[in-house]
Amino acid sequence: MSVRSEILDHFKQVAQEQDMRLGPLSDEVPLLDSGLDSLCFAIIVSRLETVLGVDPFSANEDAPFPVNLGEFIRFYENAVP
Amino acid sequence: MRTPCHSLPSLRDALDVGGTLPPGYLIGAEQRTALGDLLQGSAIARGVENLRGRSALIASTDPFLVALALIELDGLARRLTLYPPDLALEHLPYVMGYAEVDAVVSDGSFLSGASIGAAQHAICTPALVPRVHVNQERLPTEWILLTSGTTGRPKMVLHTLSSLAGAIGANESHAEVTWGTFYDIRRYGGLQIYLRAVLTRSSLLLTRPQEPVANFLQRAGEAGVTHISGTPSHWRRALMSPEANRIAPRYIRLSGEIADQAILNSLRSFYPDAEISHAFATTEAGVAFDVRDALSGFPASMLTGTSGVDLKVAGATLRVRSSRTAERYLGENPPALKDPEGFVDTGDVLELRAGRYQFQGRRDGVINVGGLKVHPEEIEAVLNRHPRVRLSLVKTKKNPITGALVIADVLLKDPSTPEGEKARALQQTIKQFCRASLAPHKVPAAISFVPALAISETGKLVRGHG
Repeated sequence: MSVRSEILDHFKQVAQEQDMRLGPLSDEVPLLDSGLDSLCFAIIVSRLETVLGVDPFSANEDAPFPVNLGEFIRFYENAVP
Repeated sequence: MRTPCHSLPSLRDALDVGGTLPPGYLIGAEQRTALGDLLQGSAIARGVENLRGRSALIASTDPFLVALALIELDGLARRLTLYPPDLALEHLPYVMGYAEVDAVVSDGSFLSGASIGAAQHAICTPALVPRVHVNQERLPTEWILLTSGTTGRPKMVLHTLSSLAGAIGANESHAEVTWGTFYDIRRYGGLQIYLRAVLTRSSLLLTRPQEPVANFLQRAGEAGVTHISGTPSHWRRALMSPEANRIAPRYIRLSGEIADQAILNSLRSFYPDAEISHAFATTEAGVAFDVRDALSGFPASMLTGTSGVDLKVAGATLRVRSSRTAERYLGENPPALKDPEGFVDTGDVLELRAGRYQFQGRRDGVINVGGLKVHPEEIEAVLNRHPRVRLSLVKTKKNPITGALVIADVLLKDPSTPEGEKARALQQTIKQFCRASLAPHKVPAAISFVPALAISETGKLVRGHG
């Protein structure tokens, strides 16, 4: 499974678990407008670390925070070996 | 050396100095009120004099009305108890009982049918009415703040205006300062900013419960916020918002959670012109110190070099003694808040590395999820009620978004541990079970089924944090 589809799967799964209504997911959508809250993102990042073996947020202390979904996905694509 | 400005008998007296009207405003989500108007007008239209000497519960949903009510009642009421918006109403009778509440101040919508017994009910509104003659005598009002306790029942922490305002300097007054805070002002971190604004007569932009961060940042930009505070998790969320560039703060303050190097670097890079400071403060210990060198942790020299505050590390945890600590706990069988020497044990574990102390988490295992404290025992009690669970151990997992997440090791009654799809299904079922009685941040983000959990000789679960 590609990094992109892995990430999108986790967005959908966590939204369902947390009873959040997920908006349409395009690369331009700001993360905070996706319908998920901070706790959801925390869970997604934690699970992606398990399945992808990387946590780009912690790996690079100087990296800017991703703002939209496309940046979030590239953040992981660039970090996965 | 700053001169403390907490010798004033009440909040309203702080506004009413020097013969000039205070320049600041309180800015809510929908309304704003000039601080000067609060000298002439009252937010409690009826019965404010009857609140004299009462123990009042501040129970408004809207923090803007809380901000107005506190100015009204400090110095008038015997005691003010601040009920946070996220605290379950099931705790209301306990809090009202032990705070001896005999008056409730609300916007009329908070109570949603909850019984307040014989307590007087006063309504606070943003429409000010002309202030009638009031007795000028001021009472030394006690302030009760609620913070999370081991069993889910809140801890009740008693402060005075003097202890709450001890870290605020009198010469900090700047007409051009506009404060903003991501915190609710009914929590210690937010209350500090509220008091800072009122005591220095500057403006304050308040967030409302559940306000989207983008909305708050837009409003902060429009209000020209210059000084802004929040937890590291608030700031991580802000930096993930496209609206983060709406504000151009001169001063950024972090507190309430461990500030790691990543968030300090991110803020410095995003707001290069801002002074960035992370404060160590707790509801019980008060504001202990500010760290301004943009590095995580704090230099060991601060232990001896912090004016007005005695600090020490004993048993690996930080202890604080100052005039800013709370006085005592209220509640059922309240534990001592200070040791015989007057030190508050913060329970925050420190490790000295290369001349700098770094925070290592909590000795009691309390997990801080985005500024919200979680006691493992409360979650274990829920997990252990599930019919298939024999025993559980709740732990923290470090997280770059919320600082930490709650995870759990679970020992099942059935010795054959499920695997694959069956395990995932049972994990979901147990999480769903937790969701029925716990706030979302308390529900374990991950559950692992383990073959055994270590029990000590005294019969207690062995916890990693000792």
